[in-house]
Amino acid sequence: MITPLFFYLFAIMTVLSGLMVIISRNPVHSVLFLILSFFNSAGLFVLLGAEFLAMLLVVVYVGAVAVLFLFVVMMLDINIDEMRQGFKQHLPLGLIVGLVLIVELMLVFNHDVSHANILATQVTETRSNTAMIGDVLYTEYLLNFQIAGLILLVAMIGAIALTMRHREGVKRQSISIQNSRRRDETIAVVSVESHVAPNVLKDSRAANKKLQ
Amino acid sequence: MAEISLIHYLMVAAILFTLGAVGIFLNRKNVITILMCIELMLLAVNINMAAFSSFHGHITGQIFAMFILTVAAAEAAIGLAILVVYFRNRGSIAVEDINMMKG
Repeated sequence: MITPLFFYLFAIMTVLSGLMVIISRNPVHSVLFLILSFFNSAGLFVLLGAEFLAMLLVVVYVGAVAVLFLFVVMMLDINIDEMRQGFKQHLPLGLIVGLVLIVELMLVFNHDVSHANILATQVTETRSNTAMIGDVLYTEYLLNFQIAGLILLVAMIGAIALTMRHREGVKRQSISIQNSRRRDETIAVVSVESHVAPNVLKDSRAANKKLQ
Repeated sequence: MAEISLIHYLMVAAILFTLGAVGIFLNRKNVITILMCIELMLLAVNINMAAFSSFHGHITGQIFAMFILTVAAAEAAIGLAILVVYFRNRGSIAVEDINMMKG
C-alpha cells in the first residue's frame, strides 16, 4: 500500500516545516517554511480526496498569502536580533501551554475513538470532487458564497484605504473636484482689443523674452 | 503499516494547531511571525474539516474549509496592511510599542 507511505511523508513534512516556522531566526525563512507546510498539506488534501481544496490551497495560500507575507517581510526594515528577545524567556510557558493543549486533544481522540476510528467511506463517486462542490456551493450555500465574496471586497477596500497615502506636491486626479467645477468659477471672459498697434506687440514679445 | 484512519489526520491537525499556539507564545515580539502562526492554526482547522468531510462522505466540510480559506486570506491582507501603516508611522513593528490607544 502506497497511501500510508505518502500520508506519513506529507504529515511529517507538514509538522516539521510548521515547527521550523516558529523556531527559525529569520522571518524570510519562516515564510518559506510556511509555503512548504502549505504544499504538504495540499498533498494531505489530495490523499483525502479533496482535490479542489488542495488546488485552492496552493493557489490562494502559496500564490497570494505567502507572497504577500514575503513582500511585507522584505519591505519592512526589521531587526532580527531585537525580534528574538524573550524567545528563551517565553520558552517554558509556551512549552507548558503546548503540552497541555496537545494532551487535551489526544485525550479527546482516545475518548471518542469508536467514532473517530472509521475508515474512509468507499463511495463510488461518479462525479469529480470539483463538480460535487459546485453542486452544493451554488445552490445550498449560495448566500454563504456571496457573503464570502463580500468579505473579500471589504478586505480589499480596507487594505487599500489603510495603505493609501496622499503625498504633498504630487499632482493627482480628483474626480469629485473635477465634477463639481462650474463654468463661472473657471472661465473668465476678457474683452481684448482687436486692433493692437505693432509697437505694442513688439513690446510684449520683448517682455516675454525677458521673463524667460 | 496500518490503514490510515480519521484519527491520524486529526492528530496531524492537532499537532499543527499546537505548534501555531506555541509559536504565538515564543515569538511575542514579532508580529509577522504571530500572523504566520495564526495561518498555521487555520490550516490545521482546514485539515480537520477536510478529514471529517472525506471520512463521513459529506461534502459540506470542504465547502466550509473554503470559507475558512477566504476569511484567512482577508485576515492576512488586513493584518499586513495594518502592519505596513504602523511601520510607516512609527518606524518599527515592536509589539510592546503598540499601546498608543491605552485600551
